[in-house]
Amino acid sequence: MDDALTVHRLHFAFTVTYHYLFPQLTMGLAPLIVIFKSLYLWKGEERFNIAARFWAKIFAVSFLFGVITGIPMEFQFGTNWAAFARFAGGVIGQTLAMEGVFAFFLESAFLGLFLYGEKRLGKKGHWFAALMVFVGSWLSGFFIIATDAWMQHPVGYTLMPDGSVMLQSFWALISNPWAWRQYCHNMGGAVVTGSFAMASLGAFYVLTKAQAEYGKLFVRVGITVALIASCWQMFPTGDWQGKMVALHQPVTLAAMEGLFHSDEGAPMVLIGQPNLETQTLDNSIEVPYVLSILSYKRWNAEVKGLDAFPKENWPDNIALLYYSYHIMVGLGTLFSAIMALAVFLLWRKKLFTTAPVLWVLMLAFPMPFIANTAGWISAEVGRQPWLVYNLMRTEHGISPMVSSGNGMFTLLGFMGMYTVLSILFLFIMWREIEHGPAYLDSLDAELAPAAGAVN
Amino acid sequence: METLWFVLVAFMLTAYVVLDGFDLGAGAIHYVVGRTSQERRSVLRAIGPVWDGNEVWLLAAGGALYFAFPVVYSSSFSGFYLPLMMVLWLIMLRGLGVELRAHIDNDLWRTAWDVVFSGASVLLAIFLGAALGNVVRGVPLDASGYFFEPLWTTFRPEANAGILDWYTVLAGVVALVTLATHGANYVAVKTDGAVNERCRHIAKFGAMTLVVLTAASLAATVFVRPTILDNFRAHAWGAVFPLAAVVSLGAMILFRIRVNDVNAFVASAGYIISMLGGAAFALFPVLLPASTSAEYDLTIHNSATGPYAMSVGIVWWTIGMTLAACYFVFLYRSFRGKVTLDGEGY
Ligand code: HDD
Ligand code: HEM
Ligand code: HEM
Repeated sequence: MDDALTVHRLHFAFTVTYHYLFPQLTMGLAPLIVIFKSLYLWKGEERFNIAARFWAKIFAVSFLFGVITGIPMEFQFGTNWAAFARFAGGVIGQTLAMEGVFAFFLESAFLGLFLYGEKRLGKKGHWFAALMVFVGSWLSGFFIIATDAWMQHPVGYTLMPDGSVMLQSFWALISNPWAWRQYCHNMGGAVVTGSFAMASLGAFYVLTKAQAEYGKLFVRVGITVALIASCWQMFPTGDWQGKMVALHQPVTLAAMEGLFHSDEGAPMVLIGQPNLETQTLDNSIEVPYVLSILSYKRWNAEVKGLDAFPKENWPDNIALLYYSYHIMVGLGTLFSAIMALAVFLLWRKKLFTTAPVLWVLMLAFPMPFIANTAGWISAEVGRQPWLVYNLMRTEHGISPMVSSGNGMFTLLGFMGMYTVLSILFLFIMWREIEHGPAYLDSLDAELAPAAGAVN
Repeated sequence: METLWFVLVAFMLTAYVVLDGFDLGAGAIHYVVGRTSQERRSVLRAIGPVWDGNEVWLLAAGGALYFAFPVVYSSSFSGFYLPLMMVLWLIMLRGLGVELRAHIDNDLWRTAWDVVFSGASVLLAIFLGAALGNVVRGVPLDASGYFFEPLWTTFRPEANAGILDWYTVLAGVVALVTLATHGANYVAVKTDGAVNERCRHIAKFGAMTLVVLTAASLAATVFVRPTILDNFRAHAWGAVFPLAAVVSLGAMILFRIRVNDVNAFVASAGYIISMLGGAAFALFPVLLPASTSAEYDLTIHNSATGPYAMSVGIVWWTIGMTLAACYFVFLYRSFRGKVTLDGEGY
């Protein structure tokens, strides 16, 4: 617990996991807000605009928390991972600096316009501002994913005499095959979060019979998008990710699947507990051959187990890796099932009278956060013991001069700070939800006479 | 190419100080100029739509520094570990202060966030100045290119000094006064009535104080780091920076006396630009001087990234910054004019 490596790893893991709770919601809501704004432009009905404005409020709060927890992330490469920053700066400095120059400027400038400029910009201008906020947040996601993908699968670099890496091909860095697949999958995950949140809040309004009209609108849009996004997570993107891992990180695949021994025609494990002492999978339920088919498209292909690799290259926390991977896949399957049922009921016009399904929708909103976090834990723990795959080991990446005591001090500081943030976030969210879109409606009516004179 | 990136990074940092500087400064004087909750709201309205965009300059400048000079980034960020973490916490609190205040219409809630906002702004302004002071004074780098500074040691600017010594504290005070004046100039442009009156007052007083402080800090800098004058001796054109600083400070006082808010604000921006420009000119080609021995200085030559990366960077940097300039012009134009207190937000 008290060695510097562990402290710095926990420091990064804690702060990034917390940070990503917010961007996944904002990146997921951004396209949904664009949908509402487009519907408004197209159909001209005020309720779409009110819906967009309501979700913009939720978006803004979540964005604020994303920003203030994101700034520490950018700093941490230098503060806690100085040796890594120096080693890899020649390559990932590129994508991180581009994120600032291209995405953050775009996002922050247009968010200001989007939130405070509706009257000044007019209908089309405001739609455009919403679109640009969406583009900005998705660009920001791309650059950060490209950075992570380079750590998972380094490309386009040369080794320098002083042992660091230097960019050799910008194009290779940007078109890293790992980055594009990871981007598609990760953004799908964000849309799952956003659309589940929308459906959940809609179900809440329908069930409490407050603002049921808006509730129904949110449920309709939410579950339709959620069904598409959940399926997209399994196929094709989850499948792509799995194939990338099988190809470039076979030892990670073995650990994710709890495959201790190499096997021809390897099964896919549905449930089971990896036992590291005996190197077996206890109490498992397996579907034969599926892993071989999924990874290599042949039913009898050999999948290498952990025993095929030297032990010092095994991920160092196999149990965590195995469980988080299975939690993600399990939840992903469940999401598709729930949403398929909900969309079916909507089509048969029975959804809004089937209370149990509405209850499930309402209570499901934490699940995508869990799935996304579990997915990231599989990716990051699966990358161990490498910080940059096959190039730099994690223990060589930390700041040589920052002691474990100082790291522990700031880790505790962040934990305290983030506890306060969580309370504030929930509190503010609750107030927005209580007000709901109808409140904006009434506010609008009140302000309307003055509106002409404003500004 | 290294020189070009030195200039670009210095440019981005300066842009950050000029832009985020006025909202930090507005925060620092928040409580002085805003006596009632309504008045404080108008201060926040003046910076509301733009502060986040301004803060992005810090991230973009940090990103550019990391990209172009990874060695400097890694050693300064890990060496200044403790103060940077505190800066992060202050930035967080400040962001909460601006944005959460309006969410609940309750006097206690609003007062609490006002206090958080202005306290964090004051401390951040001081920290920024102290950071610059550390860079000018030098840090205890060794052959590995790393260092670690405790928060303070003896408060004297010597080889194993901490983050805070009398010199860096002085720099912090200069920064606070500079930014408070800058912020007052900005808020004066954006408001009218009592708030505007008080801002004009503060800005005038601040500008006068700056005359004394500028002289004191220049004298102290030469005392702490005599080599700081070398570049000025070698290249006489460098004298434009101190001259511009004096001129813009004089102009600021003049415009304050003539009660011309917009020009006074421009003059205080000019003052900041010429002071920081002068510091960058004096340091060049060193990015992070070593207080231990000049051979451990981190310069643009021993800490830069490769030539290929730098030339790719120029291409996207030019495109990206042109776009960013367009957004900013558009943003400030959309919110031009004095703030009004009706409707939603802040
Ligand atoms: C709502 C979110 C969500 C859902 C439902 C799924 N995933 Fe996922 N998955 C992610 C969210 C996510 C993620 C958070 O976006 C990850 C983490 C890193 C990344 O880029 O994407 C990820 C990574 C990730 C990886 C890479 C792990 C590594 O790099 O070591 C694989 C192989 C899969 N996923 C496979 C799947 C499969 C087969 C799913 C089928 C149900 C699935 N995911 C559902
Ligand atoms: C996309 C950008 C990301 C980058 C560049 C990145 C980079 C890193 C780095 C440098 C470390 C520390 C070194 C290590 O222990 O391997 C780390 C660890 C970790 N990161 Fe990420 N990360 C990213 C995204 C995320 C996200 C979004 C999450 C979670 C939601 C996450 C979860 C973790 C975890 C859990 C660890 C600890 C791993 C362990 O202790 O074994 N990462 N990551
Ligand atoms: C090591 C990892 C990460 C770093 C260094 C980082 C850095 C940052 C920074 C500095 C901000 C504030 C930007 C501003 O001021 O506007 C931010 C916000 C944001 N981040 Fe991260 N981030 C990391 C992980 C991630 C991941 C994995 C994603 C998603 C793919 C992500 C997506 C976003 C988005 C969309 C925002 C905008 C704010 C929001 O929508 O909440 N970040 N991040």
